[in-house]
Amino acid sequence: MNAEIISSYLPLYGKAFLLTVQIGWIGIALAFLIGVICAFILFFRIPVAEKLVKCYVELFRNTPLLVQLFFIYYGLPAIGIKVGAKVCGAVGLGLLGGSYMTESIRSGLEAVPVIQTESARSLGLNARQLFIAIILPQAFTISVPGIIANVIFLLKETSVFSAISLMDLMFTAKDLIGLYYNTTESLFLLVVFYILMLLPVSIAGSFLEKKTRFKMFGD
Amino acid sequence: MGFEVIFKGKNLIRLLAGLGVAMKISIISALISILLGIVLGMLMALKRPVLGAILRFYLEVVRIMPQMVLLFLVFFGVTKATGANITAETASVIVFSFWGTAEMADLVRGCLAGIPIIQYESSKALGLSRLQIYLYVIIPQIIRRLIPLSINLITRMIKTTSLIMMIGIVEVLKVAQQIIEANRKSDPHAAFGVFAVVFLLYFIACWPISRLSKYLEKKWEN
Repeated sequence: MNAEIISSYLPLYGKAFLLTVQIGWIGIALAFLIGVICAFILFFRIPVAEKLVKCYVELFRNTPLLVQLFFIYYGLPAIGIKVGAKVCGAVGLGLLGGSYMTESIRSGLEAVPVIQTESARSLGLNARQLFIAIILPQAFTISVPGIIANVIFLLKETSVFSAISLMDLMFTAKDLIGLYYNTTESLFLLVVFYILMLLPVSIAGSFLEKKTRFKMFGD
Repeated sequence: MGFEVIFKGKNLIRLLAGLGVAMKISIISALISILLGIVLGMLMALKRPVLGAILRFYLEVVRIMPQMVLLFLVFFGVTKATGANITAETASVIVFSFWGTAEMADLVRGCLAGIPIIQYESSKALGLSRLQIYLYVIIPQIIRRLIPLSINLITRMIKTTSLIMMIGIVEVLKVAQQIIEANRKSDPHAAFGVFAVVFLLYFIACWPISRLSKYLEKKWEN
């Protein structure tokens, strides 16, 4: 391990880190948005949309992100739909994550005990109040562990971005190993930056999970 | 649209053979993971301080390190450090087993922790011996919970092994690229059709397995 090499590589990794984190979080935000919308569609059983959402969820949960990205980045331009690498990365991650988020949020919504809905109704709450004041808070609490697991999973999935020639951490490491053959230093920095990216999220996730847990009713 | 390329010559067979390479690695890794994971999961449930801390550390490493990084560490790092000649296939089996074992161990630990203490106490009150308690009461329940989860792990393994193309193994994505390159002149739209087929192939490989897992989970819910 050579400290000089490491310090000379740092700016390159720093840039790649920012890019990875940026696209990763945009993708996750997109995934959450898609997840909420699709979960509501499933929960309220909106006729045609329900079928479409089910197909989407099955399709994206059962294929790897790498294949999805190849399809979006290399396949779609062949029929005239061109997307840049960054947009492709964020959209790909968002679509993959959306299918996972849908499942987590939907299962949270469905896990709220029927007695809660019935009690609320008998107390005279209307449908809107019932959903906003009774179902949503409890469903969210139940969904939190799943959502956190998905966020960590999606952040890890960002490591395949290099396949669509995004200059992310993996790309930088591979490039530097190929150019200078300083394998040990390159891999060391790669690991350090991924720890930097994921450990805080992992810790914050466990904290959030503990914080929200006590709000569960009857547990 | 580029779907014609698929049926030209041996292209479809080559794609399927490529998928076979990825499948072979995922099945081997999944089997190793399930076996080792059961052992490690039981060790975790013992709650020995030192052993527990080591295993927790192992789980945490796997939890936050992308499989891609682990793949690079083994394929480039270990070979550089030890001078050993590890083929890409061996490296991927090592990495995916390392990852899968942790996942499986966590599932086993979760299942064991999920068995209510009342089950043990009631069995004891009925006069069952320790061996009988495990054999007739605990293990059957755990197996029913574990089988759907392990099947689910196999689909995750299949999806994760698509990464092997990044360390130079010729699998379905690589074959797809080769086919597109070879037909660039005659069919410039081939990329759409070929990648759509790869997408579909993965879906066909994973979907029935995850359906089975969901079906068993529902069926055995008590």
